[in-house]
Amino acid sequence: MNIFVLMKRTFDTEEKITISGGKINEDGAEFIINPYDEYAIEEAIQVRDANGGEVTVISVGNEEAEKQLRTALAMGADKAVLINTEDDVENGDQFTTAKIIAEYLKDKEADLILGGNVAIDGGSGQVGPRVAELLNIPYVTTITKLEINGTSAVVTRDVEGDSEVIETSLPLLVTAQQGLNEPRYPSLPGIMKAKKKPLEELELDDLDLEEEDVEAKTKTIEIYLPPKKEAGKVLSGDLADQVKELVHLLHSEAKVV
Amino acid sequence: MARKVLVLGEVRDGSLRNVSFEAVAAAKTVSEGGEVVGVLIGDSVSVLGAELIKSGADRVVVAEDEKLKQYTSDGFSQVLLAVIDQEQPEGLILGHTALGKDLAPRIAAKLGSGLISDATAVEVAGGNVVFTRPIYSGKAFEKKIVTEGLIFATVRPNNIAPLEKDESRSGEVSSIAVDIKDLRAIVKEVVRKASEGVDLSEAKVVVSGGRGVKSAEGFQPLKELAEVLGGAVGASRGACDAEYCDYSLQIGQTGKVVTPDLYIACGISGAIQHLAGMSNSKVIVAINKDPEANIFKVADYGIVGDLFEVVPMLTEEFKKLKVHQ
Repeated sequence: MNIFVLMKRTFDTEEKITISGGKINEDGAEFIINPYDEYAIEEAIQVRDANGGEVTVISVGNEEAEKQLRTALAMGADKAVLINTEDDVENGDQFTTAKIIAEYLKDKEADLILGGNVAIDGGSGQVGPRVAELLNIPYVTTITKLEINGTSAVVTRDVEGDSEVIETSLPLLVTAQQGLNEPRYPSLPGIMKAKKKPLEELELDDLDLEEEDVEAKTKTIEIYLPPKKEAGKVLSGDLADQVKELVHLLHSEAKVV
Repeated sequence: MARKVLVLGEVRDGSLRNVSFEAVAAAKTVSEGGEVVGVLIGDSVSVLGAELIKSGADRVVVAEDEKLKQYTSDGFSQVLLAVIDQEQPEGLILGHTALGKDLAPRIAAKLGSGLISDATAVEVAGGNVVFTRPIYSGKAFEKKIVTEGLIFATVRPNNIAPLEKDESRSGEVSSIAVDIKDLRAIVKEVVRKASEGVDLSEAKVVVSGGRGVKSAEGFQPLKELAEVLGGAVGASRGACDAEYCDYSLQIGQTGKVVTPDLYIACGISGAIQHLAGMSNSKVIVAINKDPEANIFKVADYGIVGDLFEVVPMLTEEFKKLKVHQ
């Protein structure tokens, strides 16, 4: 099977967010594989191990994403592709990323494409379905189970807590939800092997794309931090009085009940 | 600039979801005095057209077909694209729900258009329609505009106030016939887990439990409090990992993002991943034995104490309040 994973390099969840020059400050921040994409990588490896074939992990970004691609290779992916847009795309959006990925994938004869259902930084969750539409293949989002039998697939997806069981066929794109699997940590031999695995670097030119082909359709005009929360009121005194006071405050001061 | 804006009314169990009324309000802002056209897709949904109009839509286009009983990306996208083709709108608004998240990017890709996902506010400023949306799990916000083509956005439930219902409003409810074909992904089975009670993502009050709840039975007092307040029960990842409750209740970085009017965190320490799912709630109450717990840093009101003592007392006190109202 020819399996592809769409991977994004994101801020570590624990990082404190600061803004400088109107942008999120990335200096010194730790970066990770987007956690939902880790589920996708793990699933891709499991599907390959069960069905044979090859897992290629793709990332659109700058050369810094090499580190996360190497991690994916260390987990067990076979090949990595970095589509480096640093020189060509200044302010891309989800249209941009999806267009680039679809252009790369269009002649790759992918059987299965996996991605996370959302990235924890931008939080749009658009790229997966957009790529599927551009490639004209079916997709299922927020999946928690994937069973493949030949060219057909039975997929369970999470729908706001309920589950849907969906029958579909390959080629297929799916986006991973938490609960799909337990992503493995790269092993030491895995990390050693990863250094020798192929990591191809491409630019827009290599995909016959011009800058204007991928120009964003949206624009961010301002980034700001939420107002600092005033320190809350921790109540004191007899517990029964605290409860009465809380109900009173919620009713009269906060006016939420 | 007056615009025609389409808004998808999302139907669940035969009723319109609250987020659809909020989406109508967003569409009204985007329309700048133009026309708001509701779209209803399903197997018998035309009866809801009048309600969508009372909530602010000027008229409604309905597509009914047996094949649309269950949401599928293939079926719904064919219909929505047909309506877009017929109406030629300048704007399109959906709820940022499981359905909206699944459908909107596909429509955007098909139209080659931009899409602003998960908007929590919309305004017209300086000649632009400006959407606000949280990024980095609500640790920052961005303001965004569409620079080319359709003004297309999904709106997060519970953030944009719906318009006041106007019972006197009336408008045309027309139907569109769409030949639905090539359903490539078929829903074979729906397993309901989360649907008892109030929908978590749309709830005005969420009572949430963490490891401090200690057991599945420990959620009972939380359920009773939620019931009195007409709210929903949620949980931290810790409580889900410990199997006190189903993952469908999980709130956080992984799991659901909620922005209720009132969030009551019971026995939740307040890990950063949990805060990512609830810190934008309007009012946060923390109940925890540990006065140093992180949750008190984001709480508006806190009680240091045993949740098994405090929560039942709160339930009783709210009951009294409800009697007096």
